Amino acid sequence: MLSVSQKLSPKLFDHDVEMVPIRKGFGEGLLEAANLDPRVVGLCADLTESTQMHFFKNAFPKRFIEMGVAEQNLVTVASGMAAMGKIPFVTSYAMFSPGRNWEQIRTTIAYNDRPVKIIGSHAGISVGPDGGTHQALEDIALMRVIPRMVVISPCDAIEARKATIAAAKTTDPTYIRLAREKTPIITSEESSFEIGKANVLFQPVTGVVDIAIFVTGALVHNAILAARILEKDKIGITVVNISTIKPLDESTILRVVRGAKAVLTVEEHQIAGGMGSAVAEFLGANFPIRIERLGIRDEFGQSGTPVELIKYFSLDEVGIVNATRALIKKSA
Amino acid sequence: MSLLTEKESVFLAEKANAIRVSIIEMLLEAGSGHTAGPLGMSDIFAALYFKILRHNPKNPTWEDRDRVVLSNGHICPVLYSTMAHAGYFPVEELKTLRKFGSRLQGHPHREWLPMLETSSGPLGSGLSQAVGMALADRIDSKQNERTVFCLMSDGEMDEGNTWEAMMLGAKEKLHNLIAIVDRNNIQIDGFTEDIMPLEPFADKWMAFNWHVIEIDGHDFQEIFDAVEKAKSQKEKPSVIIARTIPGKGVPEFEGKYEWHGKSPNKEEAKIALDALRTFGGKVVSEHE
Repeated sequence: MLSVSQKLSPKLFDHDVEMVPIRKGFGEGLLEAANLDPRVVGLCADLTESTQMHFFKNAFPKRFIEMGVAEQNLVTVASGMAAMGKIPFVTSYAMFSPGRNWEQIRTTIAYNDRPVKIIGSHAGISVGPDGGTHQALEDIALMRVIPRMVVISPCDAIEARKATIAAAKTTDPTYIRLAREKTPIITSEESSFEIGKANVLFQPVTGVVDIAIFVTGALVHNAILAARILEKDKIGITVVNISTIKPLDESTILRVVRGAKAVLTVEEHQIAGGMGSAVAEFLGANFPIRIERLGIRDEFGQSGTPVELIKYFSLDEVGIVNATRALIKKSA
Repeated sequence: MSLLTEKESVFLAEKANAIRVSIIEMLLEAGSGHTAGPLGMSDIFAALYFKILRHNPKNPTWEDRDRVVLSNGHICPVLYSTMAHAGYFPVEELKTLRKFGSRLQGHPHREWLPMLETSSGPLGSGLSQAVGMALADRIDSKQNERTVFCLMSDGEMDEGNTWEAMMLGAKEKLHNLIAIVDRNNIQIDGFTEDIMPLEPFADKWMAFNWHVIEIDGHDFQEIFDAVEKAKSQKEKPSVIIARTIPGKGVPEFEGKYEWHGKSPNKEEAKIALDALRTFGGKVVSEHE
């Protein structure tokens, strides 16, 4: 059953569940953060509307810098602005930023300890028809390996808005991963969000956990749908939204896995180096337990509709249900 | 243009020489590091830190200071040496260069030495940071209160990131930004014109809409005049292309790209220090 305390959207399971792109939540959050703090500036590499920075640009034209198609310059200029006291938000597609400008992010932002907020939009296979070149499946790995870098992957537009406002208030270099497509609104304004905190969104009625599912991004919705299907078969599932991948909420993860038979991680990312790897690294050292990672298995994406691709890579509710059943068999 | 007095010129020449002596001493002690670039840029560093910059070594975080971004971090011996001689930290500390636990990291790291404006080493990203600083000052209407300097090498012009920064700097008309390129014609693998030709170098900057000034990077009057001219330009960013001699001050090292990335051994350091302490034979060394 859904966690009552999380005050999730009451329409979560309805056919007419509200659908909003996660990136839109960022756009609205940035506008709000900029209203709250005059130090907030925005830089974009020729994708202003696409990354939803236009709300900010229209409200604060003097604090907006159009960079052209130059992602290396995007982050290094932001580092310089941060050196003068600004809190820069830089946007592009995740494939290009942090895909193309990793060393500049490492040296001029993280090594320099500058509060630059890197927004990677259109991440994951759900970009769809643009194909493999535009489907960032490695960005979480690229960012979480850099010292100091905070990595956030919101599950819906509401969480993206909250994450953006929260990120503007910290001095940490931060990466926020966004998806392009409209995806279901899972949380509500009342749901809690805190950087570094994972939230349990679904738990077994009986209190007996068979499988703990850790999931990030828009796939949280599919994981909840899968949990509900499994619940009908008396399989106890806990679904945890890992909205901050770094720093990992270790205490919540430990609490949830105690008593579980196994762990399933789900993400729109290579299974190497992503959120599942982060969870596995932590549990391997602190609470050895069988872990199955669901994600992209060392291959590139391709064109297709988001629905087709999510299904092809077994990241839809059916794929998650099947993976969970298989995992229960293996763990018996 | 105001003329430097004889006294000022002599003062700067002496400072540059002291900076060079310390560079050789610290590199000898470190056992590795870059020699040619730091010696070649010593006159420009002396001119900046002892004449041109608005700065206060006793208050390095002074809000209205000019900003100096060293883009080609590998020439940091000249930065460290100059800052020590200017009073930022004890000259004695220079001997810790590249040693475990030292604030003087092999390439500058502002976490270890917070008085640095930035960390650098990987090439081609300094100009972008300087552009960012100048942009921030424009947003805050502080363009006329301080100047952002970016010191960079000709070799790092091979990096595409630099050209991205040039385009943005010109587009945003950042007149409080002055880039100084060390045009010493060498890089690790050889002469720049053999490795990746840059000429017509000044024309390229001009075509990118920068205000271009070419000078002899060892002539204090020319350095001083160039910065004055750059500051009076209110329409575009300026670049000072400073022709320098790599290894300047030590005849045995001058103009040789082999000295780009290595440090002197004991004998070579002695030759260098003899040359520097006698001002190339002009005065008698007091150390003999």
